[in-house]
Parts: sequence; C-alpha cells; structure tokens
Amino acid sequence: MTGVNGNVWVFGDEINTDTMAPGLYFKEPIEVMATHCLEAVNPDFAPNVKSGDIIVAGTNFGMGSAREQAPMALAHLGVGAILAKSFSRIFYRNAINFGLAALIFPQADEIGIGDELVVDSAAGQVKNLSSGVHYEVEAIPAHLVEMIDAGGLMPWLKKTYGKKEQGKGQ
Amino acid sequence: MAQTLVQKIIARASSRDCVRTGEIVTCNVDLALLLDSGGPRRIWPRLKDLGVGVWDPDRIVLMTDHFVPAVDAQSAAILKLTREFAKEFGIKNFFDMQGIGHVVLAEQGLLQPGMFACGGDSHSTNGGAFGCYMAGFGAIEMTGVVVTGEIWLQVPETIRVNWDGDFHKGTAAKDISLKLCRELGMDNAFCTVEFGGSTIANMQMTERVVLTNMAAELGAETGLIEPDAVTLDAIRAAGVEPDADALEWRSDSDAEYLATHNFDTGRLVPQVAAPHKPSNSGPADDYSDVHIDQAYIGACVGAKLSDLHMAAEVLKDRTVAKGTRLLVAPSSKRTMAEAAADGTLATIVEAGGNLLPTGCGACAAMGAGILAEDEVCISSTNRNFQGRMGANSSSVYLASPYTVAASAVAGRITDPRELLF
Ligand code: SF4
Repeated sequence: MTGVNGNVWVFGDEINTDTMAPGLYFKEPIEVMATHCLEAVNPDFAPNVKSGDIIVAGTNFGMGSAREQAPMALAHLGVGAILAKSFSRIFYRNAINFGLAALIFPQADEIGIGDELVVDSAAGQVKNLSSGVHYEVEAIPAHLVEMIDAGGLMPWLKKTYGKKEQGKGQ
Repeated sequence: MAQTLVQKIIARASSRDCVRTGEIVTCNVDLALLLDSGGPRRIWPRLKDLGVGVWDPDRIVLMTDHFVPAVDAQSAAILKLTREFAKEFGIKNFFDMQGIGHVVLAEQGLLQPGMFACGGDSHSTNGGAFGCYMAGFGAIEMTGVVVTGEIWLQVPETIRVNWDGDFHKGTAAKDISLKLCRELGMDNAFCTVEFGGSTIANMQMTERVVLTNMAAELGAETGLIEPDAVTLDAIRAAGVEPDADALEWRSDSDAEYLATHNFDTGRLVPQVAAPHKPSNSGPADDYSDVHIDQAYIGACVGAKLSDLHMAAEVLKDRTVAKGTRLLVAPSSKRTMAEAAADGTLATIVEAGGNLLPTGCGACAAMGAGILAEDEVCISSTNRNFQGRMGANSSSVYLASPYTVAASAVAGRITDPRELLF
C-alpha cells in the first residue's frame, strides 16, 4: 500500500456508495459496474481515471450502503489512494480489507484538481509535488498492519485459516 | 467502571469484564446475517478460494430479499446460487422469499438482548431495537466472520438521544429519524446512538426499529434501545422465550455518553427529506408545490404492518390522484398476510394502489418500481441518494407512510394532517 504516485480527482462531502456502485448495475460484474462508478457526480471520472490516481474528498466519504463493490470499483479503475476529511465506517473497513489506502486527511481543501501527489500510507506521508507542500497524516492503525502487510483480508485469511481443513457444515 | 449498553455487549462478546471506548477488541459473533445481495454470491467464491467451510452453520441466517422475485437471467442465477449455498452448508435458518431480511429476523425471534450480531448490509442496525449489538459490514468482512466467527472493532462512543411526549396525529417514528438526520448529521462514524425517553417507551417494536434502522443514515455503528416489556413481548410473539437475563442489558445510570440530546415529540411536525440526502429534511409543508410521479411504500424501514396501517388510515375512502401512481411492497410475507386479514390491503388497492411482491423492490433500484429520467418520487424508504431508486436525474423525497399516502392522494407533497382530523 505504500508509495502511490498519481494525479488528483477532487470530490466534495458525503459521496455515497450508491453513486460508486449504482443499484441499476448491481447484477453486473465489476468490470461493467466500474464504468458507471461516480457517473452521477462526475461523468468524466470513470472513463478518464488512470492507474495510481488519487481521490481527495471531504467528509463522510463512502456513506450509505455496505456494498463492497464501491471500493472494489475504485480499485478496479486503478485508484491508488483515497484521502478524505472523514470516512464512513463500513466504507473505511471495506477499503482497508481490499488493501486500498484510505487516509484521514483534514487538509483536503488545500489540494487542487490534477495536483500530483505522492502518498506513503505506511509512513503517514503525503507530498504535493504540484505545490511543494508536505503533510503528515495518521498512519493506518497498528492492529491492521499485519493484515495489510499480508495484502488485505483474503490473503490474511488464507495465511491463517487456509491451511486448516475446516468443518463444512452438515 | 460504569458502561453503556454497547460497551457491556462488546465486553461480553470479547470475554472481558469491561471495555473502554476507543479500545480495539476482537468479538465472538453470535449471529451472522447474510442476504442475497452481498451474501453467498460474494462469499462462496472466496470460501472456495480459501478451501474452507463456514465456522458454524447454526449461527448463520440467510435470506433472499434484494433480487426476489427473479426478473431476469442474472437475478435468477443469483437466487439459485443463494439456495445452493444454504443446502451445501446446511443453513437451517434460510428464509427464501419470506420478506426483507431485517424484518424477517425480528419476526422469527432470532434476536435477543445482549446478543452480538453482524449483518452483511448497512441497515443491519435495525436489529439494535432488540437491545443487541447489530451492525453492518461489507461482504469481504462477512467472509471473515463466516470463516472465523470473529470480528475486530473499535469500541464506539455512545450518543444518547431522548424523545419525550406524545406524537401528534400524522407523525411517526420516521419523522423522528428524518429530523435526527438533520440535527445530528450523517457523519457519526464510530458512535452508537442509544434511543430513550417516554416516546420510545410507548412505541411498539415495528416503530422502534425505524429509529435503529436509520441509525445507518446517521453514520452510526449501530442504534440501540434498552430492552423492556415491549421487547420481551415481541420475542414471545415470535414463539421464542426471552433469555432470563434479557432485562439486565441496560446502560449503567452513571455511564458516560459522548453527548445527550433531548427532543420534545409534541413539537414534531411531519418531515420530508428533499433530494439527495436524508439530512435535507424539513417540515412537509415546505414542499407542498412538488408534483409527484410515484409514491412508494416499501423497504425494511417503511412497509411493516404499522406502516401499512398509517397509509390505509389516509387512503380510506380516497383515491390516488390522476397522474400519480402508488406502489406498495409490504416488508414481509407475514406483513402481507396480516394486512390482508385485517382489510388494510383492500383499502390500499381500492384507493388505487398497486400491490408489489414483498422484498427490497425499488428501494435500491434492484426490483420493481424503478424511476425513469427526471421522475419524482416520494418514498417511505430510508435513502434518497442520487440514482438510488433509478435514473440519475430522478428525485426522491423521503417521508413517513402517512405523508407518502397523503401525497399520493393529492398528487403533490402533502402534510398528512390536512387529511387526518
Ligand atoms: S429495503 Fe432497502 S434499505 Fe432495506 S435492506 Fe432492502 S435495499 Fe436495503
């Protein structure tokens, strides 16, 4: 999760997960769903976002539905990190579980569209190459480091439980 | 150490005497709710990938509700896979097309005070009305729960919200929830909202769950209501005996709250939340010039028997306005049967309402009743985010079943007090 370098897409407050993974496309595979990601808010985003690009947003990013296709769609489109003033609880947990860096970033208003950022989530560093300003941010919580080091929840489960043969119900 | 109810439940689930807010603990899960939307279709491939089974099939409850009844090849395939999962893993608590999961869970008496439950859906907070911890998680985390029977969490703070006094005619729990979205905001992550006061004490369970359901809109970890005689009666009515210690699950009188808010129910007027968020709420009267294409009574939060009664009270001897359609999707099969038996459905249909199958339906644009471009809907559901119920250019106003029914009759947003005397 460390060392993402990309250009910034700016979003406002309270971007919800219905707009990231719209119900109308809920039965579709993630490849189709992702093409509609955030189209209600910014139709230019999904067609133009590049691998490693960074989302900078306001408060309560990811509010609403628990649908994991929201962070999955962002990851599928190549988003490298999300810096937001605050996150909704479920979105935050989902994103981290997919190994998508979600960092609380109170200075979101200081970042402009298209700015180039370097984000080191393990070290808690954000550098704005366009303005030359460096920021210290809260690193990912310590108890999650083991899971994140393993690559997210699935690789961690594989490591911890995958070897054991578990009961399969009746 | 004095503790709030949520702290006590988390302490028990993590095998401790007490927990501090902010502390990170691992809890044993008593019950895991999986739905067709984010359940087997997302979890099963991961179990296969891991080469493991489920930790305890008797603690898993599985429902089909988002995609029922199947309307195309994709939804049919999702439902088939969900049914096969139940069979493969021996899930006895599998409720197929019985209604919306959160509602059926309560009807079946599967929730007990003090329980620690996780659901793969954000409105799992609904269950907190039974005095248990029940919160929503994404499917990837529910995969972890289903494999390990455990989940980590950061012990949330508790916000206490008291409502005292009696409702005026035409107002209901939904108006409280919409008002709270405005007053408390939607960014209360890592907090639990505990509801109390005489208004809540006098509510039946089908109304109490509205408050905990929409704790999700407050952004809260969950909503909780301390159990009382009403809670125990509801569990008994489901044919289950409440746990002997059920009434002991309460916050200590000297427990510390992050904040306490007191509201006077006597001052509450019918609320409407304008597009595109539940916190855009205000008096229904403020929107009386808004024409309505569709009025929708549905969802876990807004089509239980008590909700259908509210709608029928308004619709009796009236008809839906020309140019407006009223769609009603009862929350469960049991709701449907009870509303059929007591004449409520007849009242709705005679007024011109269209009855839809039970299930999530149009609430999240997955079932019948989806909105076209630029259409305007008033809905008894819980979310009105852009595109939530259909086209991106459609608009959804949220309100109580009273207000939705009154608006259907008038063809524009209407304060139900104009029709109820
Ligand atoms: S009715 Fe709506 S809010 Fe409730 S579970 Fe279904 S989609 Fe979610």
